[in-house]
Amino acid sequence: MDFLDALAIMVSSALVFAAPLIFTAIGGVFSERSGIINIGLEGLMVMGAFVGIVFNLTFSDMFGSMTPWISMLAAMVLSAIFALVHAVASITFRADQVVSGVAINFLALGVGLFLTREFYDRGQTDIISNPFYTWDVPFLSDIPVLGRMFFENYPSTYLAIAVALLGWFVLFKTSFGLRLRAVGEHPMAADTNGIKVYRMRYIAVMISGAMGGLGGAAYALTVAQAFSQATIVGQGFMSLAAVIFGKWHPLGALGAAIFFGFAQAISINGASWPLFANIPQVFLLILPYALTILALAGFIGRAEAPKSLGTPYIKGSR
Amino acid sequence: MFSNRTFNIVVPIVSVLLGLLAGAVIMVSFGYNPVAGYAAMWNGAFGDAYFLGETVRQVTPYILSGLAVAFAMRAGLLNIGVEGQVIVGWLAAVWIGSSFGMPPVVHVLVALLAAAVAGGIWGFVPGLLKAKLGVHEVIVTIMMNYIALYLSNSVIRGVLTDGEDRTGNVAETASLAAPWLRELTFYSRIHYGFIVALVMAFTMWFLLNKTTRGFELRAVGSNPFASEYAGMKVGRNIIIAMVISGGFAGLAGAMEGLGTFQYASVSSGFTNIGFDGIAVALLGANTAIGVILAAILFGTLKIGALNMPTEAGVPTELVDIVIALIILFVASGYIIRWVFLKFSKEGK
Repeated sequence: MDFLDALAIMVSSALVFAAPLIFTAIGGVFSERSGIINIGLEGLMVMGAFVGIVFNLTFSDMFGSMTPWISMLAAMVLSAIFALVHAVASITFRADQVVSGVAINFLALGVGLFLTREFYDRGQTDIISNPFYTWDVPFLSDIPVLGRMFFENYPSTYLAIAVALLGWFVLFKTSFGLRLRAVGEHPMAADTNGIKVYRMRYIAVMISGAMGGLGGAAYALTVAQAFSQATIVGQGFMSLAAVIFGKWHPLGALGAAIFFGFAQAISINGASWPLFANIPQVFLLILPYALTILALAGFIGRAEAPKSLGTPYIKGSR
Repeated sequence: MFSNRTFNIVVPIVSVLLGLLAGAVIMVSFGYNPVAGYAAMWNGAFGDAYFLGETVRQVTPYILSGLAVAFAMRAGLLNIGVEGQVIVGWLAAVWIGSSFGMPPVVHVLVALLAAAVAGGIWGFVPGLLKAKLGVHEVIVTIMMNYIALYLSNSVIRGVLTDGEDRTGNVAETASLAAPWLRELTFYSRIHYGFIVALVMAFTMWFLLNKTTRGFELRAVGSNPFASEYAGMKVGRNIIIAMVISGGFAGLAGAMEGLGTFQYASVSSGFTNIGFDGIAVALLGANTAIGVILAAILFGTLKIGALNMPTEAGVPTELVDIVIALIILFVASGYIIRWVFLKFSKEGK
């Protein structure tokens, strides 16, 4: 295999693994920017993957080739509703946000596997017949080398990158985004200025649910193609790492997610690629997590969290 | 009318009842008989000596991982990294247990110590980063979990064995196995570990309530600024709390390595002992006795659940939903408190 071939395959499979992380990390950015820690991203992805697969299996005859898209939509809506559990607990009931997130992770896996057993009588679903297929972008995919790297990927991958750009625009170029960030930095000041703190936080958490759902479904409908206990194992936490490594910025999270996607792609396929055959797999597996710790410790630029991240807002208190 | 102390007991009990009630509602809505379901769970946990032995076996690591979370929590730290500390403790215990020859008793103690030290080191890193650089311990410990998982897999494959997926069994001198207890419980996997767990629960109570160090740790946990002003070294206490917490977690891993399984194996996912420890500590209100009670409850639920599919047709995973809901309810204790206060006011 010549070098350019290897590189093209490597970049394109890195993007495949990155797409679910991008969706979820963008959701994480929204939630955390509003001041709500979301350890539950993993659970939201589980929910998205579960809904995406079940929907796809059930309705593939009805919707034909549109099935994966409608599955994504269903995963997005149901995960957003599921995220309400986290919102109610951590915003209205003032539960510890980390603990509530941990509970979300348990709950999603419990519900997903319970229903899988109910629907299919065993611990995993069948393999879907209507997954996403790679789609060559017209004209652009004809560019030598670059075309194969970037423009022969799954539609969900292109969507993920578009969502990241949209997320940046919403968060930094609209008044909605400004309000959302204000709520996460100084909720009392925001409240004084007439911004509804609880409502903004509810919306942010539901956005993170919707994005986590898209992320889980994107993984399930491209890579996994079935749902079981082993479908989502750590991608949610890796997305959380991408949020922090990307310094709570949508574009930073996008970059971090692509980088982590690389690490994942290499750790899975690396042995067959000439460049990486000699690096022990364990280093590549550990890399994203070690880098996140270094980033937090300030060795790779200081990562500053939103000011009021993790503290419930109690109206009227000082 | 209700003191905080009362609420520390009321909230967990109400949460457990609500959780079990929710489980019953789910069973009814999927056409199962909730009475049969919970009866199957009860039989699966206490039905005969075998099940009882298995329940004790499951409770043992839960006590230790619960203590780990609770201890850190008392010092104001949320140690999500118990999972990773369990893994490295498990690995260290099996390494000592299988690769060295030592006299009986000594061997077991050294292996346990190694597990505690390994877990302690894994807790030291986030503790140090928190104390010196103010890095939030939650994220660091999550990342350390994954590093532990992948590192442990690679050590088992590359160092302890020659590319195998599991190590050999630990030497008899290092094993916690209790043959007479096993025989008594129709060959369940019960082992002497529960003694270690109870001793450690006592240790935590003693350390926190009867020593100066424990007082400082609790002071730092409730108000770091006041403690600093009173001349306590906050950073040092944070590190010590994380190391001791990691030590408890490492011992939880040793229970599996030296007791239940007698070996360590390559794993694609987490043991969940550490994550369940968060639930245990939360329900046990971070006290030693509370942790023991909560560990017994969750151990019972987990082992009892295994009997639910055969006896009542209910999927095992129902219990995971119940446990998740119990955590949510306990965490939302504020609202339970609010409801109670409202009703007690209206009653007057």
